[in-house]
Amino acid sequence: MSNAKQVDPAKAAELFIIHDQIHEPMHDRFLWGTMQRRDAEAAAIPEWEELREIASKIKEHTLTHLDHYLEEFEANATKRGAHVHWALDAAEHNEIVHSILKDHGVKEMIKSKSMLQEECHMTPFLENRGIKVIESDLGERIQQLDGQPPSHIVFPAIHKTRKDVAQLFARTVGTDPNNDDPHLLTEVIRNNARPRFLATGAGMTGGNFAIAETGTFMVCTNEGNADIGASVPPLHIASIGIEKLIPRVEDMGVFLRLLARSAEGSPLTQYSSHFSGPRKGGELHIVLVDNGRSRRLGMADFWHSLKCIRCGACMNTCPVYRRSGGLSYGATYSGPIGVILDPTFDEFKYSELPFHSTLCGSCSDVCPVKIDISDQILKWRRVMAERGYLPLVKRMSFAVAGHVLGHPEEYHAMEKVAAPAMDYAPHFLLYNRSLNPWGRSRELPQIAKQTFRDWYLANRSEHADDEQ
Amino acid sequence: MQTTNSSRETILGAIRNSLPKDKVEHPRIPHFQRSGERLKTEFERHLQEAGGVAHDVATVAEAEARLMTLHPGAKVICSAVPEIAGTRRAEDRDPHEFADVDVGIVRALFGVAESGAVWLTQEDLVVDALAFLSQHLIVLLDPEQIVSDMHEAYRRVRLDETAFGCFMMGPSATADVEATLVHGAQGARSLNLFFLPPAQMPVVPASTKTSRPEPGA
Repeated sequence: MSNAKQVDPAKAAELFIIHDQIHEPMHDRFLWGTMQRRDAEAAAIPEWEELREIASKIKEHTLTHLDHYLEEFEANATKRGAHVHWALDAAEHNEIVHSILKDHGVKEMIKSKSMLQEECHMTPFLENRGIKVIESDLGERIQQLDGQPPSHIVFPAIHKTRKDVAQLFARTVGTDPNNDDPHLLTEVIRNNARPRFLATGAGMTGGNFAIAETGTFMVCTNEGNADIGASVPPLHIASIGIEKLIPRVEDMGVFLRLLARSAEGSPLTQYSSHFSGPRKGGELHIVLVDNGRSRRLGMADFWHSLKCIRCGACMNTCPVYRRSGGLSYGATYSGPIGVILDPTFDEFKYSELPFHSTLCGSCSDVCPVKIDISDQILKWRRVMAERGYLPLVKRMSFAVAGHVLGHPEEYHAMEKVAAPAMDYAPHFLLYNRSLNPWGRSRELPQIAKQTFRDWYLANRSEHADDEQ
Repeated sequence: MQTTNSSRETILGAIRNSLPKDKVEHPRIPHFQRSGERLKTEFERHLQEAGGVAHDVATVAEAEARLMTLHPGAKVICSAVPEIAGTRRAEDRDPHEFADVDVGIVRALFGVAESGAVWLTQEDLVVDALAFLSQHLIVLLDPEQIVSDMHEAYRRVRLDETAFGCFMMGPSATADVEATLVHGAQGARSLNLFFLPPAQMPVVPASTKTSRPEPGA
């Protein structure tokens, strides 16, 4: 289905883990800290679970009436003076943006973070056509200066230490490599971005939500960078995925209460901006982008992934993501949500991603719109197996496991043999690099001397009989 | 444009072909019970958590004195409120002219207790850029105008009547370098909120404003 090389997340994760003793533990600690703040915020809202249920239902309602709401949004946004464009795929999105910029003679544009624009690989496209694109979000700018994609949808540079950033800025902006104070590093980008905001002919944003009832779209940031880009230059272009629609203004109360709490453990982002038409004296273009979303809507097992509001909570809670780092997914969307979104763009390239998960289910538990993420990961595994994308070792071991798990008597026999065998198995066999890549950075736990089944048969089965 | 028009039809057609068979109803959003904490207290607590500072000021004179204490070195104080003059009035000008503003003064229509956010629209700001290019912000808020949560907040916003509206929760912030919280990433470095009801100014018809001195002025 594609000529792209298959992504190998286990191998990429290994590079992150063995790199040093600093990056991976720090990454794990920061994201877990964010998750704990999220948990505290969620626990402080008595109706939290009810809100998740309502948000999920609103999204399902919108997606099952998506054509209607898109037309309503377009009509209202047009009425308010915005130009609405439709892009079938990434290429058309980029062409539309390029033609608007060209018409306005814009040579340098400043933009806020947008995963959709990453998905469309817009920046290289525009830069190849002589238009310079500057990221204004600090984390995204760090990634841009380092020639890397974002590694997290909320914290793009969370895998980097302050030392990494200090050295990067010294190399690219010319600051002191030894001063790694986050306040100073932030000030560097503020002072670097501000003249560009004032000089540029266009500011570009994404859109977190689009409200059909009023033709409004919303952008949430903490830095206020989207707002400067929208309020200062004469031209504002916004890219919005068609799945971002919600029906009514009243629905926003539900989503804004969930979004920042799930994303970073705060009640809101510092700025939640609503754009209903161009600013005074300005021009507004909205590009509605499909890029595979309508096809995903028709996938019975996977259309619920379109409910995603890009909060990143599933990443922060995921034990695999926290240990392996976002770049190891080799895709625009990383973490559990990436595992179920990426294969809809390229099944072969991302065929290994569904196995980059423990299926612990924590992602589904924290998802503010109740996407069945871990169930979908399991379903993608089946798709990959059926399409024959699995490497030979995995196919063989799954075949053996499938047989054994399907025959209880063989399973119990295996249990009895395997546990003592572990004590004697040579280390090189358990941690063989090609037979067991998961063993590379892990130690197996000690195996109990007695299986639960044996214990149960010895201690409880008689009582169980008594009760009958 | 011909190409986008055909893409529109293609996308809507593909959606109609893909729409899940089982339609889901729009759920009812219930009225949620609130904590019972005084709205102003809850608002102040959350504003502080967001990096903003609330001040009780009794009079306009007190507000002006507090402003000078907070920003003694400010050269350009641009005001979008009638009560406080500042050094410059916010007027409908090119946004780039707001680049040198040290302190912007604006009035929010209402605040939200559950987050400490205030609602600002294009009409309140005169020019949107005032809220984002100013190095520091002073926000005036009538303490009577605080709603409990975002559900109530969205019943008050009129997105059909303004081109721009923003829930602003404290100053600009980032945690992009080693998850360390830093204020003043791109927008305002600080946000001070003054609890001050709007001045009870006599209503004067616009046409007679310049020809007649205001009573008591």
